[in-house]
Amino acid sequence: MFILNPMATLRLGLWAALAIGMMVVDHRYHSLDGLRDLLSTAVYPLQALMQAPAAARTWFSENLVNRDALLEENARLREKQIFLNAQLQKLTTLEAENRRLRSLLESAVNTPERMLVAELLAVDFDPYRHHILLNRGRRHGVEIGQPVIDQHGVIGQIMRADLLTSTAILITDPNHALPVEINRTGIRTLARGTGNFQELDLPHIPNSEDVKVGDLLVTSGLGGRFPRGYPVGTVTKVEFDPGSPFARIIAKPLAQLDRIREVMLLENGVDGTVLAPAPVTP
Amino acid sequence: MTADRAQGGWIIALSLLAAFLLAGIPLPGPLDHFRPDWVAMTLIYWCMALPYRIGIGMGWLVGLLLDVARGALLGQYALALSVVAYLTLQAYRRIRVFPPWRQALTVLVLLLVEQVLVFWISGVIGYPPSDGWYLAPAVGGMVVWPLLFIVLRDLRRHFQVE
Repeated sequence: MFILNPMATLRLGLWAALAIGMMVVDHRYHSLDGLRDLLSTAVYPLQALMQAPAAARTWFSENLVNRDALLEENARLREKQIFLNAQLQKLTTLEAENRRLRSLLESAVNTPERMLVAELLAVDFDPYRHHILLNRGRRHGVEIGQPVIDQHGVIGQIMRADLLTSTAILITDPNHALPVEINRTGIRTLARGTGNFQELDLPHIPNSEDVKVGDLLVTSGLGGRFPRGYPVGTVTKVEFDPGSPFARIIAKPLAQLDRIREVMLLENGVDGTVLAPAPVTP
Repeated sequence: MTADRAQGGWIIALSLLAAFLLAGIPLPGPLDHFRPDWVAMTLIYWCMALPYRIGIGMGWLVGLLLDVARGALLGQYALALSVVAYLTLQAYRRIRVFPPWRQALTVLVLLLVEQVLVFWISGVIGYPPSDGWYLAPAVGGMVVWPLLFIVLRDLRRHFQVE
């Protein structure tokens, strides 16, 4: 079948040994981050180029609209801004009140968080690993562990920060678990990723607990990585199995994880609340 | 056809670059499960057409870039693509003279080897594939192979890449 060439076989052995050695070092000791950094800076133009068709489409759809549509959108946005401003006034009062009450209780003060907006680089990863590549890196102040959110809820956290780009692990990755609580009752649990963009698994909730379909999950702030009170998902399925001590509970993430375009990175390790107004630094 | 007449390296580089770009473009709807691994297929073509020039080392290098671009473990695609390059080098004399459908079948086997290697490694580090779609890209690759072959062959002839 094959005419084996011993030189080629030897060469394959050497290259394969090198690859395996690199994988072991990368996986176990993470001491190849410098090399990855270098290479990722080298492939950055490529990734930016991959982004070009999507960027062109956005540019065309933004620039080739007629005046009426723009005027209409403008009016709608203005209306929305008035509405949001009115809500914000209420929140400012609430926040002041909250701070006063907290100082009465002598508990930690919530500092307003700083945010960084990042865009998804349209790069495909391994379909079974829910990681995304963002166009902000260490040069822009990204650090490992920063929580990533979008306008609907929590998306994940930064797991690798290179010079110009960074990688975030999504909350639906099978290797990710997020400390959450059920907003209505305060029951604390974890939201474990399942490898499916639409499902989070909530383990360790006893059958006797009060959990209903539609309950909102928010981050509990335990673990110190995510600030408290950010919405995560809603409960979609509750199954009580009399044979097992725990109920089988599935939730759906609020963030649309399979169609992310822009995300926000929160500052590391800050215990904030959802009420804190956040100045956006683009 | 000797190595000292090597020319047209930029066509090889450009075709690999184009493959990288194509690999990042999703296909509509459920077809996306079958999105072919363009980079591996382009590599297979060049290994087959210019075995004295493009080989295991090139496969390894392209694989390493793919690792970085896809955020995989460093060395994962490097290993898979050097194995693919090796197998292609061992069989290029036969693959070249195969009729298109048999060539496509051979490419299917090569791509399956690549996918299985990649997902083995993913499985070892805790990311086993959660459904049966993970071999579908190889099937997609088989379907588009004849087209890719013709395009790359004409490019090679036109620019006299040797």
